[in-house]
Amino acid sequence: MKKNLLPVILIAGLIVLGVFLYNQDASKTKKSADNQIKIGIILGFTGPIESLAPVMAKSAELAIDEVNKSGNFMDGAQLMSVRADSTCVDAAAAQAAAERLITSDKVSAIMGADCSGVTTAVLKNVAMPNGILMISPSATSPALSTEPDNGLFFRTAPSDARQGEVIADLLMEKGFKTAALTHTNNDYGKGLAASIKSNYEAKGGTITISASHEDGKGDYSSEVAALAQASGDILIVAGYLDQGGKGIIQASLDADAFNKFFLPDGMIGDSLPKAIGPDLNGSIGSVPGTDSPGAAKYSELAKAAGFESGPYGPESYDAAALIMLAMEAAKSTDSNVFKNNVMDIANAPGEKIYPGELSKALNLIKEGKDIDYVGATALELVGSGESSGSFAEILIDNQKTNKVGYR
Amino acid sequence: MDFLNGITLIANYIIIPGLTYGSQLALGALGITIIYTVLRFSNFAHGEFMSFGTMTSILLTWLFSNLGIKLGIFPTAILVLPIAILITIFYCLIIDKFVFKFYRQQKSKSVITLIVSIGVMFFSGGLIRFIIGPGDKNFFDGERFILKAKTFKALTGLNEGLAIKTTQGVTIILTILLVFLLFWFLNKTKTGKSMRAYSDNQELALLSGINPEKVVLITWIITGTLACVAGTLYGLDKSYKPFTYLHLVLPIFAAAIVGGVGNPVGAIIGGFVIAFSELFITFAYKKIFYYLLPYEIVPNGLLQILSTDYKIAVSFIILVLVLLIKPTGIYKGKVI
Repeated sequence: MKKNLLPVILIAGLIVLGVFLYNQDASKTKKSADNQIKIGIILGFTGPIESLAPVMAKSAELAIDEVNKSGNFMDGAQLMSVRADSTCVDAAAAQAAAERLITSDKVSAIMGADCSGVTTAVLKNVAMPNGILMISPSATSPALSTEPDNGLFFRTAPSDARQGEVIADLLMEKGFKTAALTHTNNDYGKGLAASIKSNYEAKGGTITISASHEDGKGDYSSEVAALAQASGDILIVAGYLDQGGKGIIQASLDADAFNKFFLPDGMIGDSLPKAIGPDLNGSIGSVPGTDSPGAAKYSELAKAAGFESGPYGPESYDAAALIMLAMEAAKSTDSNVFKNNVMDIANAPGEKIYPGELSKALNLIKEGKDIDYVGATALELVGSGESSGSFAEILIDNQKTNKVGYR
Repeated sequence: MDFLNGITLIANYIIIPGLTYGSQLALGALGITIIYTVLRFSNFAHGEFMSFGTMTSILLTWLFSNLGIKLGIFPTAILVLPIAILITIFYCLIIDKFVFKFYRQQKSKSVITLIVSIGVMFFSGGLIRFIIGPGDKNFFDGERFILKAKTFKALTGLNEGLAIKTTQGVTIILTILLVFLLFWFLNKTKTGKSMRAYSDNQELALLSGINPEKVVLITWIITGTLACVAGTLYGLDKSYKPFTYLHLVLPIFAAAIVGGVGNPVGAIIGGFVIAFSELFITFAYKKIFYYLLPYEIVPNGLLQILSTDYKIAVSFIILVLVLLIKPTGIYKGKVI
């Protein structure tokens, strides 16, 4: 018995020592992390929009880097971003990721989430109970406008209710009286399709069929077969450009079912006309956008940082910038305090702030002057804190997406 | 004339796409069936093996295009297919050596190996995204159509067009060729017969001097070939995206089970049953009735049996029905 005692004591001693050292270590890192303010970036790095998410995250981090380099933030405090995966479709996974950001990484605010379904879930079940502010760059479901949020939720993308109006106007002006409609089977697609249908029919148009399609499949011949039988002057594809939406267009062209398409925001990107080829020329679309100089400045910044601007990149930059400017204005990193400053920062009156001018904005706030954050998307927050939505009219020509007008 | 229009309509929207999609599913289901009969587990990593094969084809296509080697009106991917097949087989063999071999030697239950294959699926998916990225890749080149819808209309004077894509033609021809070769190999060659013996009764086959390692090797060679060809054809016809291939496993498994697990003929039939049932049940028959019936008696609706929303449900309803009524599948396979 005695023989065995010594090793046991030794091991116990080692464990105690180990725990003690570990705790010391942990308290050290905790201290250094205290000066560092963390912003969570929760986007769908895997899943249906995994090809868009990297640019969105980089855009948000671009804004954070810009503020860090200026050294003007909260008397020299440094910001850090923590990425997490929303998966775009799996609400449970997104909530777990957001929970981790808040409880273990201790983020002060969240830039995200991306898709409307997971954004609603994260807001309701994680952000609100924990009192953390969220600014989504890309959740556009109309349902989010009325979702109770304790003033903690904002979005730099307009609601699809507004886009439905714009699309209906555009279609009637171009003389398309009947249209077939297909939408991706999620909150975004359903919300947008309902809004297009009600607006278009109110203006005298006819939707011959409104059918959903699933993303992440390769074969869309049966969807196109049904759409083709319903027929129409134009096919409205409320989907994603590197998902079902592209598959639907390709299959329609291959079977000679439709030759004109209307492309809402999820379908706009240079990869689509490049992939489809000249057959897409002449199709029209709409995308949140402005002719304000902010968008061009943002693209330059992105290029300088080594990446190409992509869909919802500008919105992501603006979302991150808004969070930081509001923190500075409130002189606090407590979401429940700086949530009251977001609207003031984003809207007039005040000096207009474009991308690349965050350092100047921080100085102005410090001097107690008003700013009007215009950003990359000509941001103007309305209602419960969502972008008012200026839309660019798109014409696909010469295998490029060209912005031909704004409304 | 109206009758011909109706026929063309069905051919354009159902027959041709159905034959193509069915061929792709059939090739995938064959791969799963062969692994199931010989190695006795359901290989959920098959979709990722297809993805891996497609990725290799894409990388080689890019290389060949850069070198200026092309195949005229046919896609370059057909030219690089043999090399891509070799690389895919190599990958399958490496996975087998480091993962599946262990469980085979332990004589693990097939459900354990199934779970292991899910692990392999996630690993392969990660590796593929690491190499080629998650984005959409279009690697089709050459002439897009064998027969354009507009050309067909001009030729025949019909109202309805019929389009046949190059990839659709290539898919159907390559599938016929590959299936023919496979059956010849399984039924006529000595190695093929030894494989069938091994799958029928392992102990007896070992006693009669069949080398199990060789059988396993041949199995992976066949699986790798089928996976690479099926994946590349699918990617050529639609487009390549790693995420899509993860979802492809479901209809492929449905095809294999509907046809009768473990029966190669069943796998092929199953592929076409799944593809055509999806198309036939969700098709809107309005226009066809306009062509075939007097105008006045055609109802105003779309005449669709089920909305396309239920497309996936269709294959699973068939799956449930088959399992309830004939658990062995259409062709007599093994009961799971």
